Order: sequence, then structure tokens, then C-alpha cells
Amino acid sequence: MYRYDDFDRQLVHERTEQFREQVKRRLAGDITEEQFRPLRLMNGVYLQLHAYMLRVAVPYGTLRADQLRQLGMIARVYDKGYGHFTTRQNIQYNWPKLDEIPDALLDLAKVEMHAIQTSGNCIRNTTTDQYAGAAADEIEDPRPYCELIRQWSTFHPEFTYLPRKFKIAVTGSPNDRAAVKVHDIGLRMHQNDAGETGFEVMVGGGLGRTPFVGKTIRDFIGKNDLFSYLEAILRVYNRFGRRDNKYKARIKILVHEEGIDKIRELVEEEWAQIKDGSLRVDDAEIAHYIEQFAPPAFEALFDDDADFERHKSENRRFANWVRSNVIEHKQSGYAIANVSLKPIGGIPGDATDTQMELVADLSEKYSFGDVRVTHEQNLVLPHVKKADLFAVWSELDKANLGTANLGYVTDIISCPGLDYCALATARSIPLSQRISERFGDLDRQHDIGELKIKISGCINACGHHHVGHIGILGLDKRGKEFYQITLGGDASQDASIGKIAGAGFSEAEVVDAIESLVTKYIDIRESGERFIDTYRRVGMDPFKEVLYGDR
Amino acid sequence: MAIVKNDSVIEQEWITVDAEGDLPASDENLIVPLARFKEERDSLLGRNGGLGVQLNPGDAPEDLADDLDRLSIITVNFPAYTDGRGYSYGRVLRERMGFTGELRAVGDVLRDQILYMHRCGFDAYDLKVEGEVALNKVRAALKEMSVYYQPTGDGRVTAQSLRERRRAALQ
Ligand code: HEM
Ligand code: SF4
Repeated sequence: MYRYDDFDRQLVHERTEQFREQVKRRLAGDITEEQFRPLRLMNGVYLQLHAYMLRVAVPYGTLRADQLRQLGMIARVYDKGYGHFTTRQNIQYNWPKLDEIPDALLDLAKVEMHAIQTSGNCIRNTTTDQYAGAAADEIEDPRPYCELIRQWSTFHPEFTYLPRKFKIAVTGSPNDRAAVKVHDIGLRMHQNDAGETGFEVMVGGGLGRTPFVGKTIRDFIGKNDLFSYLEAILRVYNRFGRRDNKYKARIKILVHEEGIDKIRELVEEEWAQIKDGSLRVDDAEIAHYIEQFAPPAFEALFDDDADFERHKSENRRFANWVRSNVIEHKQSGYAIANVSLKPIGGIPGDATDTQMELVADLSEKYSFGDVRVTHEQNLVLPHVKKADLFAVWSELDKANLGTANLGYVTDIISCPGLDYCALATARSIPLSQRISERFGDLDRQHDIGELKIKISGCINACGHHHVGHIGILGLDKRGKEFYQITLGGDASQDASIGKIAGAGFSEAEVVDAIESLVTKYIDIRESGERFIDTYRRVGMDPFKEVLYGDR
Repeated sequence: MAIVKNDSVIEQEWITVDAEGDLPASDENLIVPLARFKEERDSLLGRNGGLGVQLNPGDAPEDLADDLDRLSIITVNFPAYTDGRGYSYGRVLRERMGFTGELRAVGDVLRDQILYMHRCGFDAYDLKVEGEVALNKVRAALKEMSVYYQPTGDGRVTAQSLRERRRAALQ
């Protein structure tokens, strides 16, 4: 894993000190809330419905054990004993006190963490596949490139006041687990005809009130040229992106209005002038970063483990967990263990201080001190010996972290909604809890199979509802919450934006409506079909019928 | 109200006129918006005083390609600090077009943006505060950070090149 060197550390410390001064000026009344706003936003401090919120960056979703333990400590000391993992692989604290935030940032800096660029109209935290470096299907570990992007984008002097926020996601695997097609820039690693590894570059994806799937601007960019190419895209966006209307300011609108061909032309023209400049990264430097993410010291093991098989046959709950939450590792004898933060009826993505500390301990003992955060708001122990899985699960289970529901109907993404968020038009967390309870039975969930439900509490779409197989958008109709259902969304390599099924449902009706969709799917699915596959085969009509009858 | 350049407060020696305003006497130093420069180029170049151009958001610095060596100053207007187009104009003018005259940030120029402006090639800042205060702000802003990741044309050494040097020294 990448370790900060003295330069990285120095930068974070200088930033922490700078913000402490700014908070001091605010608390002393030297600057108004108005003047303080841009300063706090640059440091991940939002004003929510009830309190300030602090969003801490987890670059490319990779954490070390000591970092996760510190996040737990911060939850205990500065918050009410929990934190919330987000769809951007970050963590948010909902209840810090402003005068204590500088101390929290100092405690973060001690473990090389910070809140830089987790808000504001700048390049945000780069996200990637949570299984990077472990997945059996990956072409190459994407994290060395993510780290280079992190450095290039941190305090980029030219791109700190963009028209709007800017999100980059990278996948090193053909099976996209990072939703790269719904990001401002999505990078997909692949090989060209000459056998070199590089990236397909997609631009203009995004969610929010006008969702788009990203379009390919370049089929292949070599690794050495990636950074100058990114700079060219950002310069074109900074110069030509709309600034007259904040809802039309994302690059997706520029791409949509000008057309991808026109944007490609501008970017290529810009790139031609900088591609041989100082942003060209040579092979030696890339090798240096690859080395920093070198695989841990795996033992040479047989893939089968007798004890593991025995535990599976003796313990049905463990077997269920393995079936849903354990994923194939590239190294024989190892597995990827997913830690669900979606207990039945719980708040999606929340983890308590002691849960964080437990996962940190387990990662140290069983996973080379490596933990990942997923954009679906779960945690991952990426490198666990199969022989250790039972021990890991037993510990997780005791701490209510062993729910066997990864990818199932209760593995819901939900934004904070009206419980926390000042922009919300409806609650989303309580609805996710009710759906989770309705489908709590594990056998039933397993029978339903992969089904992604995603809930947002307003049109900003922080809960990714547009790309849920079933998406739910909470709205407000004359003071009453109601929920609009979309079907057929998908954030994977086959990305698509869901279609609105019809009129919305009241809070009382919506869970039944979801259940009727699921029942319909079970009735009409063909063997091996997931919900999304059935929807793609039969279209909206059969589902519309169960929702609305003749209405 | 105070212009800071090269670690000192300098005098305002330029008269800026807008699209329609009357031009001052021929020997006064004059700054005109880009659009007006393009329209009245020949007569403006024939004046006796110094000539500068102001870029506003949406302008293309490339339009000045043929005339850069006739301009002693280019001002870049930031109507609101949140409008970051001027940063790109700065880099294009300095790093690509090789402009060597004064590059002055005007408009909503605040302390927390000065370092970024400097990194993008600006060397003068027109601030809305008085002399000594303005100078102190610029000084503080320029030394707030000491680590830089991005190579720009500002001559600062990046973390990457320091790392390379260190690695080379160890070998
Ligand atoms: C204080 C609470 C929050 C506020 C005020 C807020 C505000 C917003 C706004 C205004 C947008 C639309 C931006 C645009 O399209 O230009 C947005 C999008 C988004 N937010 Fe949030 N958000 C909040 C919390 C969260 C949380 C907790 C998450 C993660 C769970 C999140 C993740 C996202 C994502 C993934 C988008 C996607 C849209 C896109 O980038 O295209 N936000 N948010
Ligand atoms: S989707 Fe709306 S309600 Fe949910 S967090 Fe985003 S802004 Fe708030």
C-alpha cells in the first residue's frame, strides 16, 4: 500500500494548520459564516440540517488497519460513536462540533488522512474497484494510477474553481465495480492491439437531476500519457463548461450540448500541445508506484482447504455468508471477504466505533492490515486465507457485521435523506430500513438473487437511484413524502439509466409496491436470470401492470 | 485598492476603459477589453502610451497570439472568485504563448486564491484592501504551502522531482 512520504505528510500538516487558523478566525467572529463557507467546504465541512458534517477522504477506498482504527476513535471522541461510509468510498461524521474539527483533522493527519477536496467545485476523491489488487478478473491493479491522479489533482492550481465538482473513477477489471460510466471521467483499463495496457476514457457520465451514461472520448490512452490527457479534458471543461446555471454546469451537460465529437476535437487539440510536456510520466516512475502497491506476502497454498469445507457443511449460516459475501481471489488459497454494513433493518453504511476497531483488528490478523470501502457502502477484507474465513466470520457475526446479503435486495444504497440533509425532499434511511425488514428472510433473499435497490432523498441522486435495478426517489408533494420508482438502471459495465415506472407511491404504499415488483420477477424469470436481466428481456410493461393495474 | 507585485505595493499606472468608454490622451497607459482591442487594434497600437488588454471570462487568450510582444500588461478579470477560467488563461498565456509582461489578477481577488494564481503565472494582484494589509496577505498566501504536486510554468519544484533527485542521490 502507498505510504505517505515526507512531502505528502508536510502538505497535509500545512493544510491542517491553515484550517485551524481559519476556524479560529470564524469562531472569533473575524469572518462571517458567508466568508467561512468556501473555506470550510474546501476542507470537507458541510452545514447540514442539525449540525456540521465532516467528510473524510479515503483515497480510492483503501484503508490501513491503523487508519480505520483511528476513524473509530474519531467516531467516539468527536461524534456520537458512529460514522457513515458513503457511495464515494469516503466516511462522514454527522455530529462534530466546529471548534473541535481542527483537532479531529490533526488526529486524521497522524494517520495520513484528511478531508481535502471532499467538497467544493474541484476534482474530488478518485474512486476505484474495492477489490483492486485482489480480484481474479482484473487486468492490473488500478491503484498506482489512482494515487498518481490523487497527487495530480490535490490542490491543482488551475482546477480548484471549476464550473462544478468533478469525479473520476477507475476500473482495472472488465467487470466494472466502480460505476465508472456514471462519473465525470471514467477510466477502464484494457489492452490495445499492440498488447499494451492503457485506458479507455469516458466523459460526461453522471447522476443528479440529468443523468447520463458517459461517452467514450478515446478508446485507448497509454499509461504515460494518461495525466496530460486528463489535464487536457479538465482545461477544456474549465474554459468551456457552463457557469451560468449550477444545474447545467457539470461536464455531462457540456458533452450533451456540444456533442462528444466536438468535445473530442477540443480535447485532442489541447492535448496535442501538452502531451510531450512535464505531465508525461515515464515507465520508471510508474514502476515506482506499482511497486508501492505490490501484492502482500501471500503464502503458497492449495486452493482447497479441508477445514473451510467442513465449517461450511456444519454451519449453515457460515455457508450462506460464504455464498453471498465471499468472492474469488486471484491468489490460490485466498478469498475476498465482504463485510456487510447492511444488517437487516439497519442504517446502510453506518458503522460504530467498536465495529470499525474490530474490522481493523481482523484486517491486521487476517488480511495484511488492508481494508477497503465500497461504493455500495460496505467494507472489504481483501486478502483472507480460506482457512481463516470461519474465524473471521465468527468475529464479524458477533459484532452484527456478518449479514450474508452482499448484492441482495437488502444490500441497499441509501443517501442520508431528510434525517440529516438540508436539501432532502423526503426521508430515505427509514424507507431502506423498512424494505430491509420486509425482505429480511435470508432464503428468500437468496432466491431473489442479485437485486440492487438504491434510494435518494431528492433529485440530486446521492443514493444513485438512477442506476438501481430498482431505484427509489423521495419527493415532496404538498408537504407529503412520496416515492417515485425507476426500473432498469445499472451501474456496471452495461450501465444504463433507469426509467420512471409511473406515478409515485405514498410512504405507506411503497414497500408493497417493491414487493409486487419482486414477486412479478420471480413469476416470470427464466432460469439464471437476475432481476435486471428479466427486465431487459420483458421491458417495463409487465412490471407497470403489477404496480398500476389498469390505472 | 492596492496592487501587489514582486513583494511590494506598486502604483496604478494604467487606465482601464470598457467597451465604450472614451480613450484617454494618447500618451496615457491604457488597458482595453479584448473585444475592443480586436475591433480597434490598429488605432490602439498607434497610440504613444503603453497598451494592455483585459481578458474576461469566455475570452480566448489565443486571440492575442500576434500581438503579445506589443502588450506590456494583461489583466485577467475574476468577476467572482468562484469563476476559475482565468487560471487557465494564465497558464496558456505564460506556458504556451510565452507572454513575459505583467499578468495581473483583477476583480474578486482574495487571499486564499493568490497562491493558485501565482502558480498559474500571475505576478500581480489587485486587491480590495489597502497597502500594507494587501502586501501582508500576499506574503502570507505565497508561503502557506511548501509542497507542490503539479508541474506548472511557475518554476516551483514539484514533490515528484524532489523525489527523483533524492532517489538519484541514493544510488
Ligand atoms: C450534506 C449532505 C449532502 C449534500 C448537501 C449533498 C449534495 C449533493 C448535490 C447538490 C448533488 C448534485 C450535484 C450535481 O449534480 O452537480 C449531489 C450529488 C451526489 N452526491 Fe451528495 N450530498 C450530500 C450527501 C451525500 C452523501 C452522504 C453521499 C454518499 C452516500 C453523496 C454522494 C453523492 C453522489 C454519488 C452524487 C452523484 C451525482 C453525480 O456526481 O453525478 N452525497 N450531492
Ligand atoms: S440525494 Fe438529496 S437528500 Fe440525499 S443526500 Fe443528496 S442532496 Fe441530500
